[in-house]
Amino acid sequence: MTTEPTGPTGPAEPTGPTGPAEPTGRTGPAEPTGPTQEPAPKQDTTRSWLRDHSELGVCALLLAIGALVLTDALTMSVDIAQRGPIGPRTVPFVVGSALLLVAVLLAVDVLRGGRGEAEGGEDVDLDEPADWRTVLLLSGVFLAAAVLIGPLGFPIAGALLFWGSAYALGSRHHDRDPLIAAVLSLATYFLFDNLLGVPLPGGPLMGVI
Amino acid sequence: MDSLNSLIDGFGTALTPANLLWAALGVLLGTAIGVLPGIGPAMAVALLLPVTYGLDPTGAFIMFAGIYCGAMFGGSTTSILLNTPGESAAVVAAIEGNPMAKAGRGAQALAAAAIGHFAGGMIGTILLVVLAPTVASLAVGIGAPDYFAIMVLAFIAVTSVLGASRIRGLASLLIGLTIGLVGLDQMTGQQRLTFGSLQLADGVDVVIVAVGLFAIGEALWVAAHLRRTTGEAIPVGRPWLGRDDLRRTWKPWLRGPLIGFPFGAIPAGGAEIPTFLSYVTEKRLSKHRGQFGKGAIEGVAGPESAASASAAGTLVSMLTLGLPTTAVAAVMLAAFQQYGIQPGPLLFEREPELVWGLIASLFVGMVLLLTLNLPLAPVWAKLLRIPRPYLYAGILFFAAVGAYAVGGEALDLVVLLVIGLIGLGMRRYGLPVLPAVIGVILGPAAEQQLRRALQISDGGVTGLVNTPFSVTVYAIVVLILAWPLVYRPAVVRRRGGRKESDGTGTVSGG
Repeated sequence: MTTEPTGPTGPAEPTGPTGPAEPTGRTGPAEPTGPTQEPAPKQDTTRSWLRDHSELGVCALLLAIGALVLTDALTMSVDIAQRGPIGPRTVPFVVGSALLLVAVLLAVDVLRGGRGEAEGGEDVDLDEPADWRTVLLLSGVFLAAAVLIGPLGFPIAGALLFWGSAYALGSRHHDRDPLIAAVLSLATYFLFDNLLGVPLPGGPLMGVI
Repeated sequence: MDSLNSLIDGFGTALTPANLLWAALGVLLGTAIGVLPGIGPAMAVALLLPVTYGLDPTGAFIMFAGIYCGAMFGGSTTSILLNTPGESAAVVAAIEGNPMAKAGRGAQALAAAAIGHFAGGMIGTILLVVLAPTVASLAVGIGAPDYFAIMVLAFIAVTSVLGASRIRGLASLLIGLTIGLVGLDQMTGQQRLTFGSLQLADGVDVVIVAVGLFAIGEALWVAAHLRRTTGEAIPVGRPWLGRDDLRRTWKPWLRGPLIGFPFGAIPAGGAEIPTFLSYVTEKRLSKHRGQFGKGAIEGVAGPESAASASAAGTLVSMLTLGLPTTAVAAVMLAAFQQYGIQPGPLLFEREPELVWGLIASLFVGMVLLLTLNLPLAPVWAKLLRIPRPYLYAGILFFAAVGAYAVGGEALDLVVLLVIGLIGLGMRRYGLPVLPAVIGVILGPAAEQQLRRALQISDGGVTGLVNTPFSVTVYAIVVLILAWPLVYRPAVVRRRGGRKESDGTGTVSGG
């Protein structure tokens, strides 16, 4: 296992060299760098402990969301006339508090040895270590498509999304892949825009054709 | 027979050439996407939702009914020919269907599954026609406290009955409720969790949440663990059944719905339990008990029929109470909301053309399914050999199309990715996805009913329990919550009797 399987929602990174550190709830990819270079035996046990308990990152994330919901409810201006005995703040208060409570209960469960079971599937091989590089690449490609769909239009951005994703997933047919991507994207564009009546942006390409 | 007349009107709507075309297109698309390995019915339905956006509501739902029928059926082909069931309901079909396919009887297994699906769906939909208007007319008088109670029941049922760990189910539900909070408060217009963003003030669209959690989350999760050697699909000819097989299958086909439909109609969730029950029943009743596990055709016919009838059963609570109990029903409810239509007791009064057109289309869809899929089975089997990079790139591609088609905003794609990453994390740490989707869909409605109920009672909490209906529902909630306290010691005792040293082991959930 080379990369730490913490998932992008809550990387568990040691905050200090001593003791079982509470994982931080930062969002973002797991960082392989960090204060973990010296191979001190104590640090090693800390790391394996954290790897076993990476689910605590979920607790941290729930805690963070709970705090966010509660803060938002507290800072809400309630001078707007409140209709009925329950205003707009009550339910956020309940949800936020419940999030904090569940975060604590889940942490207790994890520390007592409970584990969430990773989901299986037709193409899922759980015996292999997680390949977070592919996930990162796919996310990047997807974000790029989101940025490009405005200026370049759907046919080009969609083709890039498909080609990039297929490449990230390990397809290396450099002749076939772009062709499939272009045909799929154009066909989808015409199907939705012309036949099904769902508008998609054509972009500069459609101005040329 | 009032509902019979309405149903005939519904057929009048469904059988116009244009609507028939939409239904056929829906069945084909639904099966094609549902057959693809790795795509369960919920993801198939979510991915195909944007296809219906350009149509008027009636046409859209008729097409949607076709997609629904096709997607529910597609999964069983995958599990019989690949032995890798995409969802829990298809597990049983793989137990007997795959050995049959390996023994060269794949055509018979597919035929037993297809006709089982048809029989279960037909009987289930007939029961839906009989029951739904009655339930709706009973539910028409219920008020805000009753609705709130039903929604609490839905929340408790999806977090407690399904899945292995309650605390993880609850965490998932709360994530969904939080996403549901984003936007303007429905009653006061107060901004909540919008952080000053105009786009977020509209709230996060349910379709984006469903596509993000079901499609993007799944694609990313598979990408992280992609199996490098995929199973070989067994080639198959045109499905057919001999007289001997027919003699063995007609009873399971008819028994399946009796087990499947009731489980679908109550919020116990999904086809997992009824398919398994049907399998056990068929095994017990079969004259060929020794064949079970090695490819007994009864073990395909019964459970497939039960699964199909259970899907029709979920429509009873979905259409009459607005209560989704499975992932597919949740996506369907999202589709209704997309058109500004709220399923519930009044749906049958307000939108008779739409709802009866939809039900009639289910019948039409079943017939189309049988006539199209038996000859097309070899084609569907070819779809199983699609290279995995193309398959998952395609899922990401169509998810992007769907999310973009909702509002035409690039920011929606970013929101979609973020929700997809949440879905990935949930799969990694065993948080079930369904409670989150239910939370997003029902959360805002539940809040509104709660506030209405308390407004009527002027803030008194007794206003929530002042009807017999709501008291009954809360009693069921308490029963569900108390059930493990009664049930778990019994399981431990039984297990302890068999194996002395085996204690309670690790605590798997709160």
